Amino acid sequence: MILDGKCPTGPIETSWDRHRFETKLVNPANKRKFKILCVGTGLAGGAAAASLGELGYQVEAFCYQDSARRAHSIAAQGGINAAKNYPNDGDSIYRLFYDTIKGGDFRAREADVWRLAQVSNNIIDQCVAQGVPFARDYAGYLDNRSFGGAQVSRTFYARGQTGQQLLLGAYSALSRQVKAGTVKLYERREMLDLVVVDGVARGITCRNMVTGEIESYWGDAVILATGGYVNVFYLSTNAMGCSVTAAWKAAKKGAYMANPCYTQIHPTCIPQHGEHQSKLTLMSESLRNDGRCWVPKKVDDCEKAPGDIPEEDRDYYLERKYPSFGNLAPRDIASRAAKEQCDDNRGVGPGKRGVYLDYQSAIERVGEDTIRERYGNLFEMYEKITAENAYQQPMRIYPAPHYSMGGLWVDYNCMSNVPGLFVLGEANFSVHGANRLGASALMQGLADGYFVIPYTIAGYLATVKPGEIKDDHAEFKKSAEDVKAQIDQLLSIDGNKTPSELHRELGKVMWEDVGMARSKESLEHALQRIPEIRDDFWNNLKVVGSNEEYNQELENAGRLADFLEFAEVLAKDALHREESCGGHFRTEHQTEDGEAMRNDEDYCYVAAWEFKGAGVEPELHKEPLKFENVKLAVRSYK
Amino acid sequence: MKLKLHVWRQNGPNDKGRLETYEAPDVSPDQSFLEMLDDVNQALAKEGRDIIAFDHDCREGICGMCSQVINGKAHGGQERTTVCQLHMREFNDGDEIYIEPWKAKAFPIIKDLAVDRTGLEKIIQAGGYTSCHTGGVADGNALPIGKEAADYAMDAAECIGCGACVASCPNSSAMLFTSAKVAQLAVLPQGKVEAHRRVMAMTEAAKESDFGNCTNHYECQAACPKGIDVKFIAKLNREYLKALIK
Repeated sequence: MILDGKCPTGPIETSWDRHRFETKLVNPANKRKFKILCVGTGLAGGAAAASLGELGYQVEAFCYQDSARRAHSIAAQGGINAAKNYPNDGDSIYRLFYDTIKGGDFRAREADVWRLAQVSNNIIDQCVAQGVPFARDYAGYLDNRSFGGAQVSRTFYARGQTGQQLLLGAYSALSRQVKAGTVKLYERREMLDLVVVDGVARGITCRNMVTGEIESYWGDAVILATGGYVNVFYLSTNAMGCSVTAAWKAAKKGAYMANPCYTQIHPTCIPQHGEHQSKLTLMSESLRNDGRCWVPKKVDDCEKAPGDIPEEDRDYYLERKYPSFGNLAPRDIASRAAKEQCDDNRGVGPGKRGVYLDYQSAIERVGEDTIRERYGNLFEMYEKITAENAYQQPMRIYPAPHYSMGGLWVDYNCMSNVPGLFVLGEANFSVHGANRLGASALMQGLADGYFVIPYTIAGYLATVKPGEIKDDHAEFKKSAEDVKAQIDQLLSIDGNKTPSELHRELGKVMWEDVGMARSKESLEHALQRIPEIRDDFWNNLKVVGSNEEYNQELENAGRLADFLEFAEVLAKDALHREESCGGHFRTEHQTEDGEAMRNDEDYCYVAAWEFKGAGVEPELHKEPLKFENVKLAVRSYK
Repeated sequence: MKLKLHVWRQNGPNDKGRLETYEAPDVSPDQSFLEMLDDVNQALAKEGRDIIAFDHDCREGICGMCSQVINGKAHGGQERTTVCQLHMREFNDGDEIYIEPWKAKAFPIIKDLAVDRTGLEKIIQAGGYTSCHTGGVADGNALPIGKEAADYAMDAAECIGCGACVASCPNSSAMLFTSAKVAQLAVLPQGKVEAHRRVMAMTEAAKESDFGNCTNHYECQAACPKGIDVKFIAKLNREYLKALIK
């Protein structure tokens, strides 16, 4: 089937304004009759729930953490982009639009990206009004820094905790609505099913993570803002609780999963230290503003202390390969370059899987105090984890899974192919194409939540009758029974492998075969291994405890069951896409000097997969991508 | 390293609770404290025994979910460090470690080391915001904010809402938590408008949620993983007075 993204036609500059005018409205007096469920309370979900509550809808918001303030958006460090052009360095909505399309390797929809760039400026204003303490200069004006993939300074930041501050802003707006009675919050709830009646999303089934109770919630629309899926790699920069579960449950009820193979491997993470590691820690990309990446030129020097390696024996490989962007090359490119150096046996640190990120010349240029002011908390975090002082010796970094550009398919209105189901933020696939630029995730989350969904959801609600189907409908009962049956099954296998053992096994396959570089051979190997691990899971899993308690083993087992189905679709998507683009690098498709080679002739489309059952071939639906405002070009950062 | 752990086990708020002893036989100094506990839990699960429940999520010291009292100190006592960022190199082979949950009347125990911190939510919901609407706000640069004020607000805004301040206070007071939000918004022009109403509502909510009062022990500042300064409590008191006499 050919999918229609329902993008506005005509001049792109006015596309969003025209669409807003043409979209139906819900009368203020009628808004309170509609109930909207919002799953996830990060930047996208928190902003959406707060804004919709403020408009007068009845909103119920859900999160698996004990507080809405703890969603993983909070861990974003570096900043948020906006086309304000405050530094007068040539930025504009068009340039942010262009950079994002190019950064995404021409695999995103033009209209969606234009809208994102257009509302980016409103986001900064909104956050300032909320009291978000962005960095300011001595005159009291907002400060900017540079980020990868752009030659202008358009990134707003709050020390190294921008995500935290923006999330606390959204959380405060949400708290205000809770107080006002328009939003009801349900914490420590995990969504375990989407309730669909006659093809329309009508509610969700949740597990109360404290009591184990299976609860039904009805709504006239359901919003998923449940983040990304890179914990499929086991080790990633995501929080421990991040999973594909909510999105996957929707996929199992008919929502299409788009471009799952577009996964982002972030170049600047702290290298793995051992087998028992539970997660990887990211160091903000902003560090590449002043830090210089290098490895020794000679293999023999790799064991030496970095200070003993003279300047002429260091290979500043990013500056060498990409002179115009240098250390600020986009993430996919910087990650692959680091991997190349390590594959070439010139990596440093344990296992030789690491490269240096060096501040020596920046400290000489601007002084240690300035560096401390810019990145102090990051240096502190690095020291806590590695016991090394990065003011005195270079950091060691290595790429790690960080973000998923792919996600549930949505149209221009952020509605999935299941009517009534909306998907926001990282959970959808819409704006980042095959690679996301730094400081754009925060921008997308807040854009979707504050400035897109409040308009587009009205267009849908105006066509439905409020409260038509409630939780007394038979589908809710059936959904709750199905959820309970799966929990009982997980608890009854009583084998000898814990969820985390099996998750590690899956993660290893995904990282080795479906990670930074993929080939037909490696993907076929993964597609053989994943079903084997899945069988092992359903035959040898051991989950201690019961359902009727706070049971973290049970939570992990349920999430892993979904990863084990989803991973196969991810690998299939990667195998079908016979090209390299952004975060998806197929070793068969590269230029002579190892750069990604796109195939616009055959693959300039969104691949949306319809799940047909575990182990059954999913069906591919395509949405052709049209580029009318940006010329398709080879992406060069040289 | 080989360690002996004494861990608080309690099956729900009505259970009596007790310390139980476990071995951590093979601990690497590069592991985080929670990774060490993961290993202990894996061994328990393999034997079919109930694992130790503890809250955690981001494991990079920012989400505020992790919450353990280690050897009597909230978050283990290392300066500006959450439990998840505490590393085993801070301990020695053969150490005995006592691990307990946040203990406060306002934080009922859910299971083992996990507690219910809804009280902190109530404080923010009472007034920890500016009442601006989505959209219809002024340009971000319309109102210059001095770097000093911006930095002061940011220092306060770093609070991660973990509750270590409450857990380490002899009165189980949430004053440091409350004051951080009050001070952040009171110093910024966009928050000043509602400053009086905010400080009254938030301190009242703290009282209603069973948090105690502040009697200047300053244990909160010592335990705070983000180094939130008690000067914000002084600021809260000034704001409170101003609101009273208004």
